[in-house]
Amino acid sequence: MNRILRFALYALAFGIVLAGFWAATAHAQSPTPTDDEVNRIAHQLYCPVCENTPLDVCPTEACRQWRDLIRQQLSEGWTEAQIKQYFVQQYGVRVLAEPPASGLNWLVYVLPPLIILAGAFLLFRAMRGWIKPPAASALSPLSSSPNGRGMSEGEDAPKDEYVARLEEELKKRK
Amino acid sequence: MFAEIGYGIIVVAFIVALYSVGAAIYGERTKSPAVVESARRAMLLLWPLISLAAGTLIYLLITNHFEVSFVYEVTSREMPTYLKITAWWGGQAGSLVFWSWLMSAFASLVTLRKWERDREFLPWVIVVTALTTAFFLSLVVFYENPFARFWQTTGGQIVTSMFAPSASAVAYFPSDGNGLNPLLRHPGMIIHPPMLYLGFVSFVIPYAFAIAALITGRTDDRWIRITRRWTLIAWLFLSFGLVLGGRWAYDVLGWGGFWGWDPVEIAALMPWLTGTAFLHSVMIQEKRGLLKQWNMILIILTYSLVIFGTFLTRTGVLSSVHAFAQSSIGPVFFVFIGFTFITSLALLIYRWPDLRGETEMKSLLSREALFLLNNLLFMSVLVICFWGVVFPIVSQLFTGQTVTVGPPFYDRATAPLFAALMFLMGIAPLSTWKRSTVGTIGRVLWKSAAAALVITIILFFTYTQNIIALVGFYLIALVLLVTLYEFWRAAWARSKAAKENVAVALWNLFGRDRRRYGGYIIHISMMLMAVGILGINAFQIQTQGTLALNNSLTLGNYSIKYESIAQFTAADNRQVTRAVVNVYDKNGSYLGQLYPRIDYYPDAQQNMTIPGERPTLQDDLYVLLVDWQPASANGATFKIFVNPLINWLWIGSLVFFVGIIIAAWPDRDPEYASVRWRARRAEQTSAAD
Repeated sequence: MNRILRFALYALAFGIVLAGFWAATAHAQSPTPTDDEVNRIAHQLYCPVCENTPLDVCPTEACRQWRDLIRQQLSEGWTEAQIKQYFVQQYGVRVLAEPPASGLNWLVYVLPPLIILAGAFLLFRAMRGWIKPPAASALSPLSSSPNGRGMSEGEDAPKDEYVARLEEELKKRK
Repeated sequence: MFAEIGYGIIVVAFIVALYSVGAAIYGERTKSPAVVESARRAMLLLWPLISLAAGTLIYLLITNHFEVSFVYEVTSREMPTYLKITAWWGGQAGSLVFWSWLMSAFASLVTLRKWERDREFLPWVIVVTALTTAFFLSLVVFYENPFARFWQTTGGQIVTSMFAPSASAVAYFPSDGNGLNPLLRHPGMIIHPPMLYLGFVSFVIPYAFAIAALITGRTDDRWIRITRRWTLIAWLFLSFGLVLGGRWAYDVLGWGGFWGWDPVEIAALMPWLTGTAFLHSVMIQEKRGLLKQWNMILIILTYSLVIFGTFLTRTGVLSSVHAFAQSSIGPVFFVFIGFTFITSLALLIYRWPDLRGETEMKSLLSREALFLLNNLLFMSVLVICFWGVVFPIVSQLFTGQTVTVGPPFYDRATAPLFAALMFLMGIAPLSTWKRSTVGTIGRVLWKSAAAALVITIILFFTYTQNIIALVGFYLIALVLLVTLYEFWRAAWARSKAAKENVAVALWNLFGRDRRRYGGYIIHISMMLMAVGILGINAFQIQTQGTLALNNSLTLGNYSIKYESIAQFTAADNRQVTRAVVNVYDKNGSYLGQLYPRIDYYPDAQQNMTIPGERPTLQDDLYVLLVDWQPASANGATFKIFVNPLINWLWIGSLVFFVGIIIAAWPDRDPEYASVRWRARRAEQTSAAD
């Protein structure tokens, strides 16, 4: 109860502030939207004045007013989509976290995968060109260690060229 | 007086840098070692000269010479002396001097090395480093002069200019300065830019050697061997710059996160991506003689991205194309990037045939093939970052429409690539050079894979059912286990063969192959960081509410109670509004007190929201005082975040530091070690053939 009262008070205070600004249409409907509900939508919108700052965390006075506006719209029963649409109409698509996939903006989404696929294709082709089928004897990892002594620790020993080299060297030092 | 001296020295340094470039080219062309030596000495003169100019600038900063417009913009009487010094790199013009100063220091260090075996590289290394320094100095001399002063004309107008704009103009002395942007007064922001700049300028050194190798045609792996440590150090600084930037954002920006995919952050990440790819792929060239062309491309890209990153953050192009066009240094930067990039590419194309691989690749699962995949993934992340940063500029240019490319885009696009990179990090250490098969890798991988699966199942029942997070945890566990297994396997083999105790064997392993085991420690640190990144991304929760005194707000396992609030003026004239909140766990046990606050800086007329943080290994409770109006003193608005596992990010960064120190630790006699290695390699190759 206390909480509802508090929010009602807050909404009232905010209503008075907005009264002149918003042509006195503000009238809070219950239940009053919580800060979290406001922030959830504000987080998806970008401050129309600051660079790359989500609206929920922007500390400027303008953004505080915009958050209040979202609260107002929520209390009037606007949906999330409507609120976003409103902001886009007012301030342009830059308020969205990502550009809508239309017109030139398609390129944002299409170009990177295309380039990456092209890169992968080039790499694959290049690798196929480099790889010559190894001779049958070369397939065994044992042959990569000089004179085969590296693997004398038994069949369970890891067949790593490096470990083989290491052991080889240790033997030489003894 | 001091302003004229400082500017004069910068002009002299600029001329010396140009002389150094000219003399190096002339000396090389005419085969005159004396002229090259003169170029080298000119190069060595740059650092003392720029240091002098910087000293003058610092003197002006700490003695409140507000008639100098840069001093006016970044300092005020209230600022403590250490902040006045660090304001040197807090503003545009000063930071360009700072860049030049670091560049000249690195260039001097590299010209002081022993050159006997690499004489032919010397002139070209001088040309590249001196030209880069000259470019930054030219920006200072012609466009962004930190020594420019205010003048009052007879009409009463205030103009900024180095020298009196007319005979009747008199110097204008403002009584106080603007003060540094409060966001930049945080210790994190004091260290972060130098780290980043150090990373940037030290990548110029490997680039300089690469260009020298291209010009001289000495295209073996010598340039890579010389610059290996430089590259590691550049990577260390750049990585630390990024982590410190993240820590600063977390502590100062008050949005409960450390990384927001802001273009400025991405500008620093991009050279890191190519640099990391480069660090890996040079190993293929050293060990297998492959990928010479690719390594050249990577280092050229890294250099270009270093300059491009500075360009992005320094020219205002990010805020709008128009700001770029109006900015005096924007077009100059653009021309310089274009010039260096095209020249580098032209050289690369010219030497392309000489840079063919010496051997062939033998298997798609060999270590070199996996490293190539790693490179592909890093480049893919780069493509996404580059395009995401550049697209808003392109859009504004072609359609006039301003768009935001924000975190959802990057998160979605890069997450699968980072997951794939982690998987590679899991299997690549188990692969061998030249040839590995599914069988050879599988035999060593399955135990770690199975253990990681067990860990993931335990996490499923005890911690989270979030599938994406579980995939992440599986990959992290896999990499950690594989890496630890690698340590154990090698230490065990050595302890058996050398009859050493396992701990001693492990220690000796580090001594024998620092690069490999330092690298593995870096892998471990990356996974610790991944735990933190995954934690905050997958499980962060937050709430906000306005509390009356003694009321509580609950989030997750925590509840905070608003105890009191106070306003006072701090020693540096900050107006502090500090709340005291008690923290309780979900059972009501008292855990401690936090002091979220809002600092108001009257000189800059700006607020900073500083969180109260309660870090533990499980999570970080992060409380912000969002709003408090003295008029309605009974309520304050708080925002709380619980950021699970985030502190592993910072722990990981410390482990990272250890790893890179091990990897970069100098060998007793690198030349000898390298000769011995080659002899052994030759022996092995002949035995294998």
